[in-house]
Amino acid sequence: MSDKVKTIGLFALVAVLIIGTGFVQSWNSALLILNLGLISAVMALGVNLQWGFAGLFNVGIMGFVALGGLAAVIVAMPPTNEAWAAGGIRVLLGLLLGAATIVGTILTYKAMAPGKIRNITLIGVLLVGFFVFRTVFDGGVEAIEAVNPSVSGYLGGLGLPVLIAWPIGGLLAAGAAWIIGKTALGLRSDYLAIATLGIAEIVIAVLKNEDWLSRGVKNVIGLPRPVPYEIDLQNDPAFVERAINLGVDPVTASTLYVKLAYSALFAVVLIVLLILAQRALHSPWGRMMRAIRDNEVAAEAMGKDVTARHLQIFVLGSAICGIAGAMMTTLDGQLVPTSYQPLRFTFLVWVMVIVGGSGNNLGAVLGGFLIWFLWVQVEPIGLWLMQTLTSGMSEGYWLRDHMLEGAAHMRLFTMGLILLLVLRFSPRGLLPEK
Amino acid sequence: MDILNAIVALSNFVLIPAIAYGSQLALGALGVTLIYGILRFSNFAHGDTMAFGTMATILFTWALQSAGVSFGPLPTALLALPFGIAACVLAVLATDRVVYKFYREVKAKPIILVMASLGVMFIFNGIVRFIIGPDEQRFADGERFIITAREFREMTGLQEGLALKSTQGITVVTAVIVVALLFWFLNRTRTGKSMRAYSDNEDLALLSGINPERVVLVTWLIVAALATIAGVLYGLDKSFKPFTYFQLLLPIFASAIVGGLGSPLGAIAGGFVIAFSEVFVTYAWKKVLGYMLPESLEPSGLVQLLSTDYKFAVSFAILLIVLLFKPTGLFKGKAV
Repeated sequence: MSDKVKTIGLFALVAVLIIGTGFVQSWNSALLILNLGLISAVMALGVNLQWGFAGLFNVGIMGFVALGGLAAVIVAMPPTNEAWAAGGIRVLLGLLLGAATIVGTILTYKAMAPGKIRNITLIGVLLVGFFVFRTVFDGGVEAIEAVNPSVSGYLGGLGLPVLIAWPIGGLLAAGAAWIIGKTALGLRSDYLAIATLGIAEIVIAVLKNEDWLSRGVKNVIGLPRPVPYEIDLQNDPAFVERAINLGVDPVTASTLYVKLAYSALFAVVLIVLLILAQRALHSPWGRMMRAIRDNEVAAEAMGKDVTARHLQIFVLGSAICGIAGAMMTTLDGQLVPTSYQPLRFTFLVWVMVIVGGSGNNLGAVLGGFLIWFLWVQVEPIGLWLMQTLTSGMSEGYWLRDHMLEGAAHMRLFTMGLILLLVLRFSPRGLLPEK
Repeated sequence: MDILNAIVALSNFVLIPAIAYGSQLALGALGVTLIYGILRFSNFAHGDTMAFGTMATILFTWALQSAGVSFGPLPTALLALPFGIAACVLAVLATDRVVYKFYREVKAKPIILVMASLGVMFIFNGIVRFIIGPDEQRFADGERFIITAREFREMTGLQEGLALKSTQGITVVTAVIVVALLFWFLNRTRTGKSMRAYSDNEDLALLSGINPERVVLVTWLIVAALATIAGVLYGLDKSFKPFTYFQLLLPIFASAIVGGLGSPLGAIAGGFVIAFSEVFVTYAWKKVLGYMLPESLEPSGLVQLLSTDYKFAVSFAILLIVLLFKPTGLFKGKAV
């Protein structure tokens, strides 16, 4: 079987699965799977860039995705004018002072000769800077969070169209990736993994605790949409008429229309990124990347700056994850920091890339769709399995209850098992790298 | 100015908790560093191995409790600990057989082993949540305190109380015994020496007739024991929750790297460095400063550098600083 036939066949299989969901369950759930499948495919593309092209192990995808989500809030929400008046300037000034402290420390470090005096000066600069930062910053934060806390209590955003948030989300994620990459790349490969694991936890902690920025665990709801609202469509006589002419109930038609509009937007992003990634893979740059991945020493001997290239591709891949994160928050219409779980946002994406075929962009996209479909459908299957297993036990027997309750945790187990099985028996994935 | 009260308050809220937490981290980091030294990969499943061992210990504790067995003033979990270790050893050895052995034989890159350990982490996590559930479990029984705050106040007549929880005492005593045993084993016994030789130079060790599979087996035995002990001590001191144990991975890795991956002494030092910085930075210093400074200078705020929600940020910041300035860690680990 040639590669082309296999690729087309596997993608057709995914299409059949999703369309089948439409016929068996409902078209709304089929489109939901499609939309999140598109977003997952974008994330998988980003991770494939890092792992497939360059062999970089990023276990902090969740953090970059969450930064994208934050971008959606910062860009699209209307600004809270009272909060800005109460403490906006003060918080910004505080952040500037904080940044100035760090820059000042770095400058002092570079300007002075090594020795005890330098260490003492550095500690002094950091301590003074920190306390000045806290004094300015804390007052601003308190003032902002006091503004009408039940509905706002945060700075709000810039009130721009939400689509702008997608590239901005990419930029935010790229910035975080640059800091991580700058410190951890060039050292042992495990260090990058540990550093990314850390940054992800910290990004989530910031989102949960900095109420002035993201309302913390109170969540930001009602993000503006790039597509029309269902209720407006239902009140639009022209739309209702068209729906009736097509023989669809107008309410269902409006939900389907909105979801299809999202699908179209996401598909455009995915296709653009896929074309770019394919071009990159087949360009001299892509060949160089794979050469570095396969033999760092030889590539270095040929005059390639391995660390700089790694940093470049790490930042690019994380930016794509940030874009996907902004897209997802746009689709949800809300930012819920507690919903970011490493299992769902980091490791699931890894399973997608490895199962699909690392090093092959189409493979990553395929993995994104296929694994997302399984992820959605595994829970009902697991529950069914547990019910079948326990059907012989009497009602109320402790083991029966326990097993039914535990079905929800089978997802972890299944994902781990898939990862291990694929890694062991088919490390090149469904669509191997050519 | 009231130095005595300040010292007591400082010990009560900072020193004692940090020493207990540091011992727990040190035991966890020792496991990570041993795996790194002998098997040469960062084991992401370590947090969940700890959770697995602790879960087994909790189950045995419950069994003992329902059988009416108790350990007097000490927690019953200490009696159940050997059984928990045995269960954890079995689980870990089975994993090695099924998962890691293959990659060792094909001499896979370390990063592939790291990915495999990620898969193992999931499976362990799933098993633990399936068996004991995702909720918090408290399993400490016996005496709660060695000295309560009130007893201390009555004893010394000071204004500040000093409470010493029995779990904190047990943690430190156990950690000292375990570490002493481990170092005696590594430095004095034949097997321990062969482990260090294998870690230093694999080829040379193989040439001198050291059986690598035996070294790996012993390593897993020790790591399972260390992980279970660390997990049980942490669970006794605070509480057991599967997700918390997964999150412990970051401070544990930070400890191992700060000390120098592959260096047992470094792992212990790293554990205390991380624990002390975490507690120092997230403690509200108002009380201690209130005793130390003249009344006019008494701070109005809490004087807390960072809220406790950011304790992971502390481990992370220290990790970044060490990676930037001294990537081999304080005690010259093997990784660069």
